[in-house]
Amino acid sequence: MTIAGKNFAPLRALLYVLLIVGSIGMIFPFVWLIRSSLMENSQIFVFPPEWIPDPFKWSNYKEALTSVPFGRYFLNTLTIELFVISGVLITSVMAAYSFARLNWPGRNLVFALLLGSMMLPYAVTLIPNFMLWRSLGGINTFMPLTVPAWFGGGAFNIFLLRQFFMGIPKELDEAAYMDGAAPYRVLWTIIVPLAKPAMIVVAIFSFIDVWNDFLGPIIYLNSNEKFTLALGLATFKGLYNAQWGYLMAASATIVAPILVLFFFAQRQFIEGITLTGIKG
Amino acid sequence: MRSKASGVARMERKWGIIFALPPILGLLIFTLYPVTASFFYSLTDWSIGSDWTMIGFDNYKTVFTDDPLFNKALYATTYYALGSVPIGLAVAFAVAMLLNQKVKGLSIFRTIFYLPTIVPSIANTILWLWIFNPDFGLLNSGLKAVGLPTSQWVYAEETAIPSLIMMSTWGVGNTILIFLAGLQGVPGHLYEAVEVDGGNRWHKFWNITIPCMTPTIFFNLIMALIGTFQAFNQAYVMTEGGPNNSTLFYVYYLYRKAFTESKIGYASALAWVLFLIIMLLTFIVFKTSNRWVHYEEGGGK
Repeated sequence: MTIAGKNFAPLRALLYVLLIVGSIGMIFPFVWLIRSSLMENSQIFVFPPEWIPDPFKWSNYKEALTSVPFGRYFLNTLTIELFVISGVLITSVMAAYSFARLNWPGRNLVFALLLGSMMLPYAVTLIPNFMLWRSLGGINTFMPLTVPAWFGGGAFNIFLLRQFFMGIPKELDEAAYMDGAAPYRVLWTIIVPLAKPAMIVVAIFSFIDVWNDFLGPIIYLNSNEKFTLALGLATFKGLYNAQWGYLMAASATIVAPILVLFFFAQRQFIEGITLTGIKG
Repeated sequence: MRSKASGVARMERKWGIIFALPPILGLLIFTLYPVTASFFYSLTDWSIGSDWTMIGFDNYKTVFTDDPLFNKALYATTYYALGSVPIGLAVAFAVAMLLNQKVKGLSIFRTIFYLPTIVPSIANTILWLWIFNPDFGLLNSGLKAVGLPTSQWVYAEETAIPSLIMMSTWGVGNTILIFLAGLQGVPGHLYEAVEVDGGNRWHKFWNITIPCMTPTIFFNLIMALIGTFQAFNQAYVMTEGGPNNSTLFYVYYLYRKAFTESKIGYASALAWVLFLIIMLLTFIVFKTSNRWVHYEEGGGK
């Protein structure tokens, strides 16, 4: 439904005003973040606010990023990313293929259980999972944060890929079966090449989930050299509570990679979410 | 031919189960087992590092009759949910309507409105700590500039939850996108029918858009309820549950019981109470849904 028709100028103008004002509201905090990250503490709080740092304090970044081992946190986060994304991609593609295109007894029941598990509050599984990893010696290792990704890669990803796979003509599989190909060959030679766009979406979602995950790291990681960026930033905030310049510099550093990724992949992103309509 | 067909069926069965094995095992190990174990823990007095005994439903009795912090936590969480769910849905719906118009630069606007959603929540909370800062934060600076009274925001008991509700509307990008997808699925011929009958924009919105969107609203409502009842990061990073436990979110309270005080049994009982509350709310929404959710024949989700 269009709110404003072509021939009704005032409503159209209002539409643009709302969109632009809203956009400013969305972007303003980012601008403030960058601005403050380059200022002296005293200039950040000048009233009325100043917009151009004077002087540009690039040393905020140097101070913030060297006062705690952000390099270490970055490597830790990348390590977790690597194991999670590969686990998610491999197992969720296999599972989605099975749910979308192979017939086996109990398939629909398992799929329904999987979807139902998305409604389960994480608070219920949190404690027993912690105790499980504790008894396996997984505390303060990356295991609890990476190994579950190898068990299907999450119901949401399976659902997303399954939707995509169901759109590929079934005749392709049947022709391959006639030639004597087994399902794993069909998956590898027919489905995977066609599914690359959907797989990219899944990889991006997984990347962001790991990058932003906070509860997992605070529960499972307890020594400084194992921290992720998100957890490192929270610790940093505790240490430099009043040093807003440093705090903003550290925050900006962690936000930047996500923003870059988003700008390069925004089309896949938005299509991916709309494809399923269920990312909650 | 027949044997070939049954051979294919056998092959599909074999590989279907092999490929589905990781999520099946995952469901057993990381979902069904923990749910069962959690209930079992909740019937014990287990604390990490000491022996445990079965104490039946004593933990639950304590939760409901002898735990003032439980009441505080439930109040804070319900207050937050009752505020942020409807406001968040309304804001997301309005933005989705705006982003569904034919305007120049549409994809840029869509990107901008989605931006806050991908910001790591820890960076987000730090940013909002500054926005809420009573002395030099964005909000109070703005209010002072136009001569309005300022507020203590998250630093005062009465305004802490409303402040967090306000903050939550900044990150509704996913809800916006789902609404947007729903709006694009509303059949255009229905609007034309209203036009033929001489209806105006308001008629179109009220008689076509809203009814067609009720399945999407329903879905977003359920997901928002489940999400907000499990809010955690804001309490952990911004307020530590304060001031005076006014932002003691339920999961944050549970986290403190389990991981600070090591009371595994009691925290598990808290988890189950939350589970039951969320199930009850979901059930109520489902029950009322046949009165307000319209499914088009063949077209519904």
